[in-house]
Amino acid sequence: MTAPPLLSVSQLRVHFPLRGGVLRHQTGAVRAVDGVSLDIAAGETLGLVGESGCGKSTLGKAVVRLLKPTSGSIHFGATDITQSSQRALRPLRRDFQMIFQDPAESLDPRMSVRAIIEEPFIIHGLGSRAQRVTWVDALLDRVGLPSSAAERYAFEFSGGQRQRIGIARALALKPKLIVCDEPVSALDVSIQSQILNLLVELQQDFGLSYLFIAHDLSVVKHVSDRVAVMYLGKIVELATAETIYRDPRHAYTKALLAAIPSPDPRSKRPKILLEGDVPSPIDPPAGSAFGHRMNHPLYQESVGLDLALREIAPGHWVAADPCCLTAEDWEMLRTGQRSD
Amino acid sequence: MSGAPPNILEVDKLITSFETDRGLIRAVDQVSFAVPEGKTLGIVGESGCGKSVTAMSIVRLLPQPSGKILGGRVMFKGRDLVHASDAEIRRIRGGEIGVIFQEPMAALNPVHRIGRQVAEVFRLHKKISQRDAWDAATEMLHLVRIPAPEKRMLDYPHHLSGGMRQRIVIALALACRPSLVIADEPTTALDVTVQAQILDLMARLQSEMNMSMILITHDLGVIAETCDEVVVMYAGRVVERAAAEELFAHPLHAYTRGLLNSIATLETPSKSILNTIPGMVASLADHTHGCRFCQRMGRASADSRQRPGYAEVSPGHWVETCPECYQP
Repeated sequence: MTAPPLLSVSQLRVHFPLRGGVLRHQTGAVRAVDGVSLDIAAGETLGLVGESGCGKSTLGKAVVRLLKPTSGSIHFGATDITQSSQRALRPLRRDFQMIFQDPAESLDPRMSVRAIIEEPFIIHGLGSRAQRVTWVDALLDRVGLPSSAAERYAFEFSGGQRQRIGIARALALKPKLIVCDEPVSALDVSIQSQILNLLVELQQDFGLSYLFIAHDLSVVKHVSDRVAVMYLGKIVELATAETIYRDPRHAYTKALLAAIPSPDPRSKRPKILLEGDVPSPIDPPAGSAFGHRMNHPLYQESVGLDLALREIAPGHWVAADPCCLTAEDWEMLRTGQRSD
Repeated sequence: MSGAPPNILEVDKLITSFETDRGLIRAVDQVSFAVPEGKTLGIVGESGCGKSVTAMSIVRLLPQPSGKILGGRVMFKGRDLVHASDAEIRRIRGGEIGVIFQEPMAALNPVHRIGRQVAEVFRLHKKISQRDAWDAATEMLHLVRIPAPEKRMLDYPHHLSGGMRQRIVIALALACRPSLVIADEPTTALDVTVQAQILDLMARLQSEMNMSMILITHDLGVIAETCDEVVVMYAGRVVERAAAEELFAHPLHAYTRGLLNSIATLETPSKSILNTIPGMVASLADHTHGCRFCQRMGRASADSRQRPGYAEVSPGHWVETCPECYQP
């Protein structure tokens, strides 16, 4: 790591207060994101996977400051944006954008496509009217839509085309980072591949960085350089995409991978069936959250241990959790060795 | 073919239409397939291809008054369901044919306890006492591996997670020991880990109870893992039909090939450009003759021809014989 990362998140927590009683006292908190640290380099895609309710969308919204973090820090380049006011963030917002799962809900039905894509320029006071027309046409062309699309409304388009409109808007201000929150999961299989190809091409053309959030591990593997696996508000494993899929170390990562149905009837991969569901982030288990779900015999031992990520091999980080590692890996982490 | 099990269901040239503002559209156009006893048939295709309408036609749950079956036969154990009386179809639906839907919350009543809803199925179809129905319902929850079933009987649907709710819906569908289950995207709303649990449960129950199944999904991975035979649908038409291994090993129709080639799997190299099928699923209203997939591909020949026919290329492997989409 020579160049400083584009985005650097450290010990980030996002807790939502739960209120109850007549006086609406705080009675507890949903620990949606509970101590996450990660970096994204320029031009890199970091994939973020996990089951629903694990906090991945909350994390995505927090890093672009659509949510206010409870504690921890977020640095964008050299700027600390953790506690910046919305006014202070506005000029920085040119650099980070977001694409949402359902483009129908994130595009205003009363605005023409031109108005939707033009809006970021107007907000930031960029260009003359004539310039903006050219820019919008160029953006539409870049995402594979005809310029005739500009005068129509978003609801006139199919899901895949609406996602292209959302991408065009996100691209308008030439951002450095785009947070993609389940960008293809609402789309048909044949349309998914069109959008994935577009995202990969745009990254190469503009040197974009992506935080790519999805529950589909095959899709995440396809687009990501590195992958972070999230479970109950915490990252449990982080490594290059190849490594995560070839050599997963954490029991949860292994179970997730084993659960993907393979489109080949002859492949008989071993199945690991997980029992139960993701526990509630309101009152998370004191020790290993995944060990608790698995009723692991070492669960009691994990209470009170520091379950933070440690580097088990160069660039391969895994939670130091006795319930979720092989005896060999746990021994290695406990004694502070590394496999090279 | 003496060793092959007999077919429990035979769908023959089924045509289902909807009345819309733009006129009558054919959502299901001359669809034929058969489900052998104890086997699983998968129906795969993109949204709008007619897979759910096919399933709903079999059990006559089409939206009324716009949906109508205009032709064809649905033979279930020797009876033609298309012409069965309403009373008869109600007896069969939930009795001999169980139905599982994608969204469990839509299939469950939010204001009644789980126990009452499951017991109701027994009361309706089996004419047994309230107490016996309750016991049978508890036994059913046990069968679908719900922990502490006696307690869960007293819960409301919103108390349960998505996976647990889908187990309840499966319990409802299987309560009367149906000989055929129709599952419409049963795991699409679930996480992969929960999906694996539910698919495993369904496979185990299927072999325990010797059921036949129709599984509708857009996920080729789910098809490959669970189905014996596969029907590929595009815009209301069956484009290809074969045994699962045969279909994945030797896809013949351009649409099937396109689908199989376009998915990202764990084996595709990272950030490589995926194959795509241009355009999107055709609107059914626009196209009443010719090959619908040719229309999507923008081939000039699309409009000029009759609907293509079918050929059995190898035993059990059928393909729609459009000369552009299938070259022998």
